[in-house]
Amino acid sequence: MTEIVALEALAARVAPGQSLAIPVDGSGVAMAATAALLETGIRDLKLICVPISGLQADLLIGAGAVASLETSAVSLGEAGPAPRFTAAVKNGALTIRDSTCPAIYAGLLAAQKGVPFMPIAGIIGSDLLNVRPDWQVIDSPVGEARKVVVVPAISPDVALFHAPEADRAGNVRIGRHRELADLAYAAKRTLVTVERIVDRNLLESEDSAAGVLPSLYVDAVAVAARGAWPLALWDEYPVDEAEIARYAAMARSEDGFRAYLSAFPTHRKRVA
Amino acid sequence: MSAERERREILIAAIADLLDGIRHVAVGASSPIPAAGAMLLRARNERDGKPPVRISILGSQAHNFFTNGGIELFDCAAQGRVDAFFLGGGQIDGQGNINLVGAGDYPTSHVRWPGSFGSAYLYHLIPRVILFREEHSPRVFVPKVDFVSARAITPEVPRRGGPHALLTNMALFDFDREAGGFALRSVHPPFTPADIRKNTGFAYQEQEVVRETPRPDAATLALLRGRIFDELAEAYPAFARTMKQAATG
Repeated sequence: MTEIVALEALAARVAPGQSLAIPVDGSGVAMAATAALLETGIRDLKLICVPISGLQADLLIGAGAVASLETSAVSLGEAGPAPRFTAAVKNGALTIRDSTCPAIYAGLLAAQKGVPFMPIAGIIGSDLLNVRPDWQVIDSPVGEARKVVVVPAISPDVALFHAPEADRAGNVRIGRHRELADLAYAAKRTLVTVERIVDRNLLESEDSAAGVLPSLYVDAVAVAARGAWPLALWDEYPVDEAEIARYAAMARSEDGFRAYLSAFPTHRKRVA
Repeated sequence: MSAERERREILIAAIADLLDGIRHVAVGASSPIPAAGAMLLRARNERDGKPPVRISILGSQAHNFFTNGGIELFDCAAQGRVDAFFLGGGQIDGQGNINLVGAGDYPTSHVRWPGSFGSAYLYHLIPRVILFREEHSPRVFVPKVDFVSARAITPEVPRRGGPHALLTNMALFDFDREAGGFALRSVHPPFTPADIRKNTGFAYQEQEVVRETPRPDAATLALLRGRIFDELAEAYPAFARTMKQAATG
């Protein structure tokens, strides 16, 4: 059964050395849980961005919590490059596993279906194939005779995301953000923070059930009001542009980043 | 600021022209000018009674009709349901290959960019990929990219997708898939073909007489400064605000 726990208890379920899958900005990024996770002093994460990330990955990387990073990109969007990601890759401070967005989804899909790999269109001719020896080009064994890329299954130890609401049974409303379900299907454990817990049953009607991830896939839920701040949460609040810009400016230097990071948990509680 | 605004307006109008005839255009992350160009085409088609244009903007709630999550754009492209898309690059070479990863030796390159996004896949699958890179300099337009995020031409596999044109702050190039290279189509005012030669690090075809990129007409500008920048504000608030302020200031 899905457990409803405190935010700190939820964060404590992520252990050093685990692979952690996180969604793209605006999809439902668990920033409050990320702050709580950073406070545990987490280390050696294998971070998987589905399929890209921004502030969340940059904070984790800058804090030294990430040993390896699989992603299609890390960027702060309109606020510019992600400074700690850029510095860490250039310094060789982490192992980078460069990918392309649909290859990450394909890897998750393989895990969802319990098969070791997934074929995927395109990619041939890209140097990604040279730096990802775990990807292969094969002759299609069935159907049209042609070359096709195959990528291995991605089965994260933990998926972590934020959503507007869960019911008491742990069913989570994800709207049309089906990528959050893709994460949960593939992951061994799924941790979710929500704006609120509701008393009604989210599976009650066909209409509401269509936008819900069933509790079967959800291990623990914690309440975190404005839990995606400073990122956006659909239908709830927009991105706090000024805060992202403030981060982008401060994180340009290691010292600036340290100052931002040490104040982030308390600043978050106050502002969010 | 007005020169900057005019420069952007020429680019947006050029993009709308490049998209003419498409049914569905997708716009990736951090691409306010391509998004504005797509919205301009849609508004113009609506005004002129031409076929409707669908626009999918990644990261937008209002300009996004997908209901199957992040993968749907990629599935849609594989099914041939996306006609046009935009890609950029920290480096773009004369063969149309793009590099979104970094300059120098991989992985600890001296310059690191965000990453390949969906380029390695979408370049194969979307027929009209418009390469859009504002900075027009020899460090961007190189003879050979240091890392191929996505390759323009791959004779070893069948593909419908690839580069259609390259639009920069200074010029517009067509991509010739047969020849495997770029041809200069027009130069934006106030630049000259000599400026383009000086700032392009790769070889390209050039006609004896090179046209000037047309400035948007009054009706286009009215659409742009009104409806388009309002529509844009949801996905690109900072950009839309700057352009609105410049138009009224």
